[in-house]
Amino acid sequence: MKMRIKFSKEGSMKFVGHLDTMRYFQKAIRRAGLPVAYSGGFSPHMILSFAAPLGVGTESRGEYFDMELTESLPSREIVERLNRQMVEGVRILGARQVEEGKAGKAMSLVAAADYQVEFREGKNPGGSWQERIPEFLSRETIPVNKKTKRSEKTVDIRPFIYRMEAEEERIFLRLASASANYTKPELVMDTFLAWMGEEPAPYAYRITRLEVYADTKEEGHHNFVPLMELGEEVL
Amino acid sequence: MRKLALKDEILLQVDKAARYIGGEFNSVDKSQSLKDGKELLRFAMCFPDVYEIGMSNLGMMILYNMFNEREDVWCERLFSPWVDLDRIMREEKIPLFALESQDPVKDFDFLGITLGYEMCYTNVLQILDLSQIPLLARDRGEDMPLVIGGGACAYNPEPMADFFDLFYIGEGETVYDAIFDLYLENRRQGGSRKDFLRKAAGIPGIYVPSLYSVTYHPDGTIESFSPLFPDVPKKVVKQLVTDMETGYRPIKAPVVPFIKATQDRVTLEIQRGCIRGCRFCQAGMIYRPTRERDVETLKASAREMLRNTGHEEISLSSLSSSDYSDLKELTDYLIREFKRDGVNISLPSLRIDAFALDVMRQVQDIRKSSLTFAPEAGSQRMRDVINKGLTEEDILHGASEAFHGGWNRVKLYFMLGLPTETEEDIKGIAHLAEKIAEIYYDVPKEQRNGKVQIVVSTSFFVPKPFTPFQWAPMNTEQDFIRKAGIVKNEIRSVLNQRSIKYSWHEPDVTSLEGFLARGDRRLGPVILKAYQKGALYDAWSEYFHYDLWKEAMAEAGVDMEFYTLRERSTDEILPWDFIDFGVRRQFLAQEWEQARQETVTPNCRQKCSLCGAKRFGGGVCYENAN
Repeated sequence: MKMRIKFSKEGSMKFVGHLDTMRYFQKAIRRAGLPVAYSGGFSPHMILSFAAPLGVGTESRGEYFDMELTESLPSREIVERLNRQMVEGVRILGARQVEEGKAGKAMSLVAAADYQVEFREGKNPGGSWQERIPEFLSRETIPVNKKTKRSEKTVDIRPFIYRMEAEEERIFLRLASASANYTKPELVMDTFLAWMGEEPAPYAYRITRLEVYADTKEEGHHNFVPLMELGEEVL
Repeated sequence: MRKLALKDEILLQVDKAARYIGGEFNSVDKSQSLKDGKELLRFAMCFPDVYEIGMSNLGMMILYNMFNEREDVWCERLFSPWVDLDRIMREEKIPLFALESQDPVKDFDFLGITLGYEMCYTNVLQILDLSQIPLLARDRGEDMPLVIGGGACAYNPEPMADFFDLFYIGEGETVYDAIFDLYLENRRQGGSRKDFLRKAAGIPGIYVPSLYSVTYHPDGTIESFSPLFPDVPKKVVKQLVTDMETGYRPIKAPVVPFIKATQDRVTLEIQRGCIRGCRFCQAGMIYRPTRERDVETLKASAREMLRNTGHEEISLSSLSSSDYSDLKELTDYLIREFKRDGVNISLPSLRIDAFALDVMRQVQDIRKSSLTFAPEAGSQRMRDVINKGLTEEDILHGASEAFHGGWNRVKLYFMLGLPTETEEDIKGIAHLAEKIAEIYYDVPKEQRNGKVQIVVSTSFFVPKPFTPFQWAPMNTEQDFIRKAGIVKNEIRSVLNQRSIKYSWHEPDVTSLEGFLARGDRRLGPVILKAYQKGALYDAWSEYFHYDLWKEAMAEAGVDMEFYTLRERSTDEILPWDFIDFGVRRQFLAQEWEQARQETVTPNCRQKCSLCGAKRFGGGVCYENAN
């Protein structure tokens, strides 16, 4: 059976990179003694699939991976057994059974993500920048230069910003996160600041990913559903 | 949440920030005891290299585990900041911190530093410097931690004597408790640093360099080495665990690093010491006598460590695994018990024979693995000189069986510059590689797994203290290069030259290692100057700057060749002679003579050679006593 695990990654754990986080969970799952499935071959490895890599320095309260179990276990038990193996900064928030097969694969489902952005001390832009967000969003297009290893091209990121709102000193963002339109919160913030005529300072933001969504389109409209909600609690 | 010593902006700038955050699974946090106002002895345990390397050191993990079992001690870890963070810490004057509490090291009671290899010496100074602890022990005030050294290089502590308050000579399990008790007692009584050191010098195995004085003959050799006070012992006796059941402190739950350590696996120490007595090998002498751990204890320990870490691999650790009496039982158990859970089993330092091949077949993918032989020398004559009890027949037989079993890759390790070496011995390296290549083609064509690949590596021989070669001269760098050239040309002249690859190490780092290994107290200023000139991470070839060391030697007025190229007479006082390491000096001298006679000495299981280690009262010396 395939189980989807939701976890948080906060505090100093934000400095543990994506590959190391995968290794961390492989070891934690072994410690927890969960009946996890292994691939074949001479050196079998655990079948884990992470939804969306999180950059070093970003915290999260909504990370996901799927794992394949060889026998059924109640959601609660999985959460408890894994939580006994966690370090400070990582908590298991839930475990649900999800659809088997490629269509249900966490990574290919990812369509959007929510972020909370705060400015580090002394890195706030001046003035009442909050009031300028509606104007920023009302533009037809928001062109940005995207540099890749080979080329540089102009991309319009406006369609990829689903929500952008200020909450006092914080900014809430909902951004496109599928592999084809993955939009970094830093890029949106830098573009916003530059548009206001502010020079984006290095390491200006403290970013927390809040949730990752699939898109179960309804009548041609986006319908963002947290990845967890696609699964069923195992009792 | 734990607070980190470094700001996010710094951690985001440096490579592998997770090296500096601590908080790994199984790391020990006693901050609550501190908050509760309990009296804790704070010990910062350092391996002076990067995190990934330091976290792979078994000795450090054993002590970390053991110290933290004491309620009144909190032992934390620290490693060398990489050059990127080093620069930032200097610029911003950030004091170096320990990983668990993230507190500055300078506020600790002890800073313990493992001296695993000579090339880490400048890194030791970096640790002190970044910690804002005076580099010279004599400049440290009452508020500074006591800096204690240990590990393999502490067997000749003299080059580093200026920088350490005390050294622990031998295996850490035996007297650390006594040191801690003494320290806490001294603190309660309001005793000074000096009071503590004077009393600590009386604990077996503890060497306090400031309590000894050295005088020299006009020719530069040592005239006398003696304690300054009558209550300070003349000899420091090496410490070791005699009973591997009661004295060994097994690790139950090793720390699980976030980033991939060099040894990303459970390390199971199966024995200490080696029965072989190779004359170049320091470990084989200083860890005498060979002491095995009980196979049932090892099985339980393997289970426990795998369960508590979740590692996917377990590796057996010892100097010569094949000599462990119950190896078959142990490997059978590990394969039977853990292979199905996807646990890899790695068996370094195995002698290639039918048993080893059988085990390897079960734990490795033959097509992807290679066989390793360490003949160390190319000719039988040379192998007799170094007492390497591996014959050409053993090697060819092992290789032949392996080739018939499907292997086609072989690694061969040799040393150049061994005492009495001739051109024929050197050419023997190429000829041995050729013979191995030839027997590959004895395998019927349809059974062969492609072409044979032989990789020959040579390192240059460094004479080490406490070995029969401690009196031997080292080769010059020019000799080393010339000898590597002979190997290279000879390989080019053999029939299967295309199947043989040859690689060798740079000689300059070897010369420096030889200089530091057999140095005395007069090397302190050289190491200090080299560090001040920017020498750091000397063990990393891309950061090794020989010119800085040469300048430092010139300025300190120290002649490197006095230490490297000179043959010592066996009645000369050597800088490390004050350490009683159990094996008699006379035995080493006798072995040095046997070497020159090209006579082999039987291993400890074949026949006791009366080296002297029997007086420790345990291990192989008593195996047949019952």
